[in-house]
Amino acid sequence: MSESLGAYLFISTALFCLGVYGLLSRRNLVAMLISLELILNSASLNFVAFNKFSLINKAAGQTFAVFVIALAAAEVTIGLSLILLFHRKRDSINVEDAGEMKG
Amino acid sequence: MSLPDAFFLFFAGITLGGAVLAVTLRNVFYNALSLILCLAGVAGLFVFLNSEFLAVMEVIIYIGAISIAILFAIMLSQPMMPVKEPLNRGKVARAALVAGLLFLGLSRVIGRSQWSTAPLEGDYSLQGIGRMLLGANMIPFEVVSLVLLVAIIGALVLTGSKGRG
Repeated sequence: MSESLGAYLFISTALFCLGVYGLLSRRNLVAMLISLELILNSASLNFVAFNKFSLINKAAGQTFAVFVIALAAAEVTIGLSLILLFHRKRDSINVEDAGEMKG
Repeated sequence: MSLPDAFFLFFAGITLGGAVLAVTLRNVFYNALSLILCLAGVAGLFVFLNSEFLAVMEVIIYIGAISIAILFAIMLSQPMMPVKEPLNRGKVARAALVAGLLFLGLSRVIGRSQWSTAPLEGDYSLQGIGRMLLGANMIPFEVVSLVLLVAIIGALVLTGSKGRG
């Protein structure tokens, strides 16, 4: 089981769909950020799974997973500082209070 | 069941269990703690995929830095025992419908596809990753470092309180 591509793809699909569920059902900005982390993790799990089972160059997929991790770190930094700024101005981290830039 | 399979099921279980708790519990603090559980499971799966380097990076960066930053943000932005988020049944039902349909569609695609296969043996070493990062992927590597620099400066500028409300 640990040697089949399908098992890893199934796990990463479940992670992705749980992340989508979290993004759609939560209104708390930090909870939405947590769901986003699940989605990014499912992507990097896919990269590494295909790296083992479908690539000849076994470093290529791992390299891209490193990029995903680095970009996730940058995204969380900016996201959290925006959330803190929003909390300071509005005293809330509910996404429905963030409508001032609505067109 | 062989021992590797038992460990694989264990890590898959804590990955999926942590993910379920991370999106369903109504207290954000517990969500962040469940996210740590889920990321630990993903790190275990990386070991099964022969990528020990990524497993260590997952623990150091995701669990050690990102989750802790999220916990800090929760503590700074909410009272310690926060009120539970009100349950909006309509929204939850719609989200579950969308995510469930997506899952069904994707798992059908996965079940029917024929993936190209390659021999499992190869150079998984850290040296190989380093050569890849500073050889063929030189430009993306530099761009990522620029992005991280911009993120650091942006975070400092956004949250710096001098001269702003």
